Amino acid sequence: MTPSSHRPQSLSDLFLSFTWLALQGFGGVLAVVQRELVERKRWLSQEEFIEDWAVAQIMPGPNVVNLSLMIGGRYFGLPGALAALAGLLALPLILVLGLALLHDRFADNPQVAGALRGMAAVSAGLIGAAGLKLAVALKRSPLPLSWCVAIAALGFVLVALLKCPLIYVLLGLGGLGCVLTWRRLAA
Amino acid sequence: MSAAPATLHLALAWSDWLSLFSHFLLLSLMSIGGAISTSSEMHRFLVEQHHWLSQEQFNTAIALAQAAPGPNVLFVALMGWHVGMNAGSTGAALFGVLVSMVGIMTPSTIITYTAARWGHRNRELRAVRAFKQGMAPVVIALLLSTAWILGSSVVQNVDAGWRLALLAVAAGLVIWRTRLHLLWVLAAGALLGAFGLV
Repeated sequence: MTPSSHRPQSLSDLFLSFTWLALQGFGGVLAVVQRELVERKRWLSQEEFIEDWAVAQIMPGPNVVNLSLMIGGRYFGLPGALAALAGLLALPLILVLGLALLHDRFADNPQVAGALRGMAAVSAGLIGAAGLKLAVALKRSPLPLSWCVAIAALGFVLVALLKCPLIYVLLGLGGLGCVLTWRRLAA
Repeated sequence: MSAAPATLHLALAWSDWLSLFSHFLLLSLMSIGGAISTSSEMHRFLVEQHHWLSQEQFNTAIALAQAAPGPNVLFVALMGWHVGMNAGSTGAALFGVLVSMVGIMTPSTIITYTAARWGHRNRELRAVRAFKQGMAPVVIALLLSTAWILGSSVVQNVDAGWRLALLAVAAGLVIWRTRLHLLWVLAAGALLGAFGLV
């Protein structure tokens, strides 16, 4: 388990931490979660993050929402899960409704459109960086590194280039990874 | 994005709200990979079948939620908001936010919370360990794919797309290799975009 100093201190700590995460997440919160919770706060190790992320992916619901439920719930049970979830959604919800009201006025402004485009490009880079950082954890997988790299590369081709539906990739390729790992864990 | 969303004029009965709510409850169960993966079904239901939402409002909801800070699932709240606005009042719009968000979140939240608690209690089981560790390569593939898909959607339809692509790669390298705060990198991207440099 993580040492006691590297954990959320209270429900309000959870709420505020997830609010802060959400406010940095332009174009999605995923890259920010890895940066803040793993590298800065150290509530999770790289391996724990990947494992939780796998569960968050495979469950119905938005990934980041699922992750907030899991992390909040682990430390403070159901109240923790709800505090993390509320932090993630409350302030961003108010902001996005405000933006919807302003939308007609700012949509045609080229500076605003340019700024949004620039931030979207940056957030694509951020998510890629999170993937590269987490790839280091594959070295400690029960599977040989070459198998991990082959599965990851195939997954990228299927999802990013061939646009396969996510569910088939998760069940097919993910299932293959799980079966192979299961056999290695027995040995 | 440019035209003001056309407003529809609706009279929604309680049975309509209930139908919206139950439809979103159902979609929540199917939202593996995120609520966005059910957006084509939302489009069929809201825009084509019931005409509760115009095409422009549907597009704007998704684009705004992507651009704004916070989880992208908030596009669902914006759809509820617009449906309520089409029904005539800000009160109805707030009610629409409530109905759509509670609908899309509740089933998936209960399932995920329950499954995650079970998984955590049984984390030493061979099957649970195999699942979590075996999924790792696919998880990394999905992250890199998300970056690729998001990046290419940004670069499309822009004159000098290569400059945006360069910005994305540079931002990725900076975050990968340094401990610079994300907000600085995002602010740099916003400034470069605002001044028309990317």
